[in-house]
This record gives sequence, C-alpha cells and structure tokens, in this order.
Amino acid sequence: MLMLSSLLAGLVFGLGLIVSGMANPAKVLGFLDLAGSWDPSLAFVMAGAIAVGFFAFLLAKKRRLSLLGAEMKLPAAGRIDRRLMAGSLLFGVGWGLAGFCPGPGLVALGMGEPKAAVFVLAMLAGMATFELIERRRP
Amino acid sequence: MTLDWNAFTPWPALAGGLLIGLAAAMFVLLNGRIAGISGILGGLLKPVRGDAGWRVAFVAGLIGAPWAYAAFSALPRVQVDAGYGVLVAAGLLVGIGTRYGAGCTSGHGVCGLSRLSARSLVATMIFMGAGFAVVFLVRHLFKF
Repeated sequence: MLMLSSLLAGLVFGLGLIVSGMANPAKVLGFLDLAGSWDPSLAFVMAGAIAVGFFAFLLAKKRRLSLLGAEMKLPAAGRIDRRLMAGSLLFGVGWGLAGFCPGPGLVALGMGEPKAAVFVLAMLAGMATFELIERRRP
Repeated sequence: MTLDWNAFTPWPALAGGLLIGLAAAMFVLLNGRIAGISGILGGLLKPVRGDAGWRVAFVAGLIGAPWAYAAFSALPRVQVDAGYGVLVAAGLLVGIGTRYGAGCTSGHGVCGLSRLSARSLVATMIFMGAGFAVVFLVRHLFKF
C-alpha cells in the first residue's frame, strides 16, 4: 500500500507540474527574470500548493501514525546554519542557470527531452558527490 | 518590471499548484513523509535496506506523469534554452546544493512553507534570491 500511495503521490505531483507549466524551464526562467518581462505564474503555483499543504500538515502534525499506519516522519525544527544557507545558494544558482529544479527535471525526462536527461544525470552526479564527501567526514 | 501578460497563466498555475499541494497532502497523510524530491532521489544514493522501494515508486510516478497526461490530452511543449555545458553545471549545482541545503522547491518551498518552517523560509528566500540574481546577471548584465 505504501508503495502504491508513493507512486500515486509522485504521479499527481508530476501532473501538477505539467498542468502548471512548471515542467517547462522557459516558464520558470520567465518568473526568475524580474527585470525582463515578468511571468508571475510560479507564485500562483506556490500559493495553490501551500493553500492545500497548510491544512494537510496541520492534520499531519497531530498524528503519530499516518492513515496507512506508517510512522510520521516530519523534520524536527532544525538550525538555520551555514550548511543550509550555502546549499540553498548553490541550488539557486543552478536553478537560475537552466530553469530546472529536481521535480521538473524528472518530469521533462519522462517527456523524452534529451536535455532533461543531461540535467538529471549531472544532478545525480552532484548528489553522489555529496554522499562521497559526507562519507569521508569523521 | 513589466508583466508578461502573454506568458502569464494564472488559472493553470493555480490548478497545477492545487494538484502539487494535493500530492504533498497525500504523501504526508498516507506515507507520513515530506514530498521533497531532492531528498527522495538523493536517498537512493545511500541505499538503506528496505528504504529504496517507496523512493523508486515516487520517482517512477514523476517520470510517468507525462505518459498519464498524454493519455488524455496533448502534452505541452517544453523549451530548454540552456546548452549542454550549462545543463551539466546547473545539474551539478542543483544536486550538491539541494543535498547540503536539505531540500529544493518541493521540500522547502511547498512542504516547508506549508508547515510554517522558519528554516525552509530562509532556504526558499536564499534559493529564489540566487535564482533571481543569476537570471539578472545572465540576461541583463552579461547578455548571454
């Protein structure tokens, strides 16, 4: 059941990215281009998602187990440290360069877009680099 | 700043956003987890016994979404202007950055802000600010 709900959640997430236009890097860059002719669509996507998410997490916070009996794994309130800030900065630079973040990269890969495949492979290499660096830390 | 009224699609954006919110809601209420795509994908690179299946299922859902969409309607075209060199650099930065920053647009942007997490708000402001800055530099200062 958890596998099926995971597959469905990924599917609905991907459909949302396609419907909203966010699987298209040109549209994402249109949002990030404040000084050009600006396309505010991404802000509406975030607003729609948070409007639903807010109530879902309100419910989730009150539960110890999920509806399917899985353990609730909500992040504990972590520190706002240099790691978080430097990582987010690097991510934002990469996002602004190509207009791809992880979700849209995977969805565009599913569309058969060769450039998305290159992006996703490089992203996996980046994530693997992180694992290698972290494994060496004492 | 001028609004690009031809590109601006408020209703599909809002509808797609609601679907994304629904996916995040399903995932936390059914699986008890945050729908953070960089974390779900990155977790596959340090295989823990019994922890890979749901991650693969979620990623398969994302990659399969265009096929499901195409069964009902013609897929919208995507336009990738970046060249291959830029895509490699961007991918590496997104990969390393999202793992150190412990989240991307979905984990921090959608789920974190929905949970009113201060940490996610800071992360979102930083990656969005960096995105704005890079596009400004590339398009308006250096005019690539």
